[in-house]
Amino acid sequence: MSSGLRTQVGQLARRSVLRTMRQPAQIVPALVFPLFLLAVNSGGLKSATNIPGFPTDSYLTFALAVPFMQGALFSVMNAGTDLARDIETGFLNRLALTPLRGAALLSGLLAGAVVLGLVQALTYLTVGLVAGAELVTGLGGALVIVALSVSITVAFGTIGLFAALRTGSGEAVQSLFPVFFVFLFISAMALPLELLQTPWFHTVASVNPVTYLLEAFRSLLFEGWEPEKLALGFGIAAAVLAAGMLAASTALKTRLVRT
Amino acid sequence: MSGERGVASFRSIALAVAWRSVHNFFTNPAFFVPAIVFPLFFFTAFAGGLSAVGNVPGFDFPSGYTAFQFVFVLLQSAAFGGVFTGFGIARDFESGFARRYLLAASDRRGIVAGYALAALVRTLATWTVLTTVALVAGMEVGGEGVELVALYGLAVFVNLAAMLWAAGVAMRVRSIQGGPFMQFPVFLILFLAPVYVPLSLLSGWIHAVASVNPVTALLESGRGFISGEPTTVALAFAVAVTLPVLFGLWARGGLRRAEAAG
Amino acid sequence: MTTKGGIEVERLVREFKNGPRAVDGIDLEVAAGEIYGFLGPNGAGKSTTVLMLTTLLPPTAGTARVAGYDIVREGPRVRASIGAALQEAALDPLLSGEEHMRLQTALHGLPKTEREERGRELLARVGLSEAADRKVGGYSGGMKRRLDLALALVHRPSILFLDEPTTGLDIQSRTALWEEVARLAAEEGVTVFLTTQYLEEADALAERVGIIDHGRIVAEGTPAELKADIGRPTVEAVPHNPAERERLAAVLERFGPRAGTSPRGAAARLERGEAQLAEVVRALDSEGIAIEHLQLHAPSLDDVFLAKTGRSLEGSGDPEPAAGEQEAVGAA
Repeated sequence: MSSGLRTQVGQLARRSVLRTMRQPAQIVPALVFPLFLLAVNSGGLKSATNIPGFPTDSYLTFALAVPFMQGALFSVMNAGTDLARDIETGFLNRLALTPLRGAALLSGLLAGAVVLGLVQALTYLTVGLVAGAELVTGLGGALVIVALSVSITVAFGTIGLFAALRTGSGEAVQSLFPVFFVFLFISAMALPLELLQTPWFHTVASVNPVTYLLEAFRSLLFEGWEPEKLALGFGIAAAVLAAGMLAASTALKTRLVRT
Repeated sequence: MSGERGVASFRSIALAVAWRSVHNFFTNPAFFVPAIVFPLFFFTAFAGGLSAVGNVPGFDFPSGYTAFQFVFVLLQSAAFGGVFTGFGIARDFESGFARRYLLAASDRRGIVAGYALAALVRTLATWTVLTTVALVAGMEVGGEGVELVALYGLAVFVNLAAMLWAAGVAMRVRSIQGGPFMQFPVFLILFLAPVYVPLSLLSGWIHAVASVNPVTALLESGRGFISGEPTTVALAFAVAVTLPVLFGLWARGGLRRAEAAG
Repeated sequence: MTTKGGIEVERLVREFKNGPRAVDGIDLEVAAGEIYGFLGPNGAGKSTTVLMLTTLLPPTAGTARVAGYDIVREGPRVRASIGAALQEAALDPLLSGEEHMRLQTALHGLPKTEREERGRELLARVGLSEAADRKVGGYSGGMKRRLDLALALVHRPSILFLDEPTTGLDIQSRTALWEEVARLAAEEGVTVFLTTQYLEEADALAERVGIIDHGRIVAEGTPAELKADIGRPTVEAVPHNPAERERLAAVLERFGPRAGTSPRGAAARLERGEAQLAEVVRALDSEGIAIEHLQLHAPSLDDVFLAKTGRSLEGSGDPEPAAGEQEAVGAA
């Protein structure tokens, strides 16, 4: 990377991180809401471990995978609304008048998502373990969980960037929330895939990438080292990241239509 | 003569406010589509995705898991129908339109009544779709006519209580920034209840909290009505009637604050 | 040939889908070091022109050279030579003034050793040193505009584009901004292309003015030239007795056509200029109309606009399509 590009990425990353840290309204719900749902669901569905075939005795451990995915959802919203605000206020035009490169803009913007992803992952994992969740893969597994969580957060952040660049509107980005919410729900979120009895639900969950992301986290929490599941989880994150960056780059070319 | 004029003012204001709210709801897909779709989505996700929970030892709800979840989703949609009306009130204050009501209405309680009426009409639309879908999906209904009326009656009170709560917040904050304050407590109280399994199958802290949560009485009673085995009816209706009274006072306080602010 | 600090525009056009031509074939030239005022109502095409000249919007047809570089083929070089303070202040409310400076200097490639000093210098110049470490979200409108101007100057551009820079500002802030712009042109030789819908701003600042309406330049010249072209002052009189207003108007109309509206009196444009003023007074006296107030108005740029378009500049605007909201038709 040339020094000019490094400087651009560095400065925009710095701004992205500063903005994230200065918006408690972005950070607090992203931490509190998933943990609240974890508490409620792990308490309310504790007896689900008695269903024949349930893979663990601890519903808390089973459910701990979910906040990491909910955190990714917040990443879509936060990254997207921040960029949409830049477009609406004309700040993107200001950046366009500098020698800034499109790749630097996107990479820099995702820095805030990296920081938020890290804070989220550490928080969820710590709270979950303190509350009694298992972690059979130990410290190594914890590091992999954090890495997977950050990867997913950044990957989903690119979708938020694409939405912002495509629509130029914070409201339009916010309206994506229900869409992603649905994706999260119609997966193996509350029960393992093999225990989803309703045929159509099972079919949809089987093809929903969120199911396999959840399984990657769960493998580290209560199954042990499962290379295939981890490879699938990281692979999905990489694929979403690649597709999201490509879509965002294309949308950026249209949005940043300078000659 | 003046007494008659007083009664007419309250009614005509309420109807006018309700008309506008209902009209805007049905002519604006951004409002009515989520109001219809989200409850349906929750119903399918809970009843469909969690149907295996019906196999938990000790889960012996007579009408099956679909009906078990239907009651929760019905009450949830009632509550959020009320909350989203509160969002509308906040928007009206923020845009200044509420001032138009305050200037025109001789009896300003009619304004709140109008919003409450609108909340009910909007929620009835949701319930119509939700109930139809649930029946088409094969939901078993063990209850008789009176019991089903009682079930929906409970839901009406929940709708009213939530709407009055949200109205009180909206009239104090007078901005859509108050949205989370309207929404989050309702969300909290709904989910700290026996959402997925009956109270008897909960344990630990969630059992303790759910045992004192007024929504639990409403849920258990509603589930009793739909399965034809009524339970805790008196408690449920006592809660159902008390909540709107309490939140009605809250809303009245909010109205006074809004009037004082001009 | 355009010099390093000049602007040359030839038959520039910008079309949007589902709309009329926002810019309909304009020609103009701005010499290096000149302050050029681009005056027109809302929706005339001012901002669209600025967006094209600053390379943020490709033209549909026509050419332009800014600082000697073609706006279509040499975009990066154009951007390196210009600064722009566009219609929105375009600031991040979560960053401080200082942080904005740090970002802008770095993005423009200023050496690290120079960034802090340049930032401090510019913030001091626009009177924001004390507020530099406060978040911009807490700045007043005037402060935001000043920061916007400072950010546009970070890389010492030879040409500065200002798109309605004083809209919404109070008199003091506006005057302060005018002074800084005039100083930039006079002392640093910066060429200024200024769009405005305020007559007094164009009058006060611009050495030459182009008046645009519905995407076309309808008049161009120095303010004095343009007014002299119209050449006719207006006399306005208010009668002591309001009932005599119509009689007063009739008398004035003997000397020229009725002009504009006078809230309590009447006005007319004098066909033969100021020399007729004495005749007007004698005519009113001979008709026995007692006058409370009599005033001679020199022609304004609004009069110029009125003469060229048949409408008054004030209140004659249409909403201008926001560049980001429209789709292009056959981009260049």
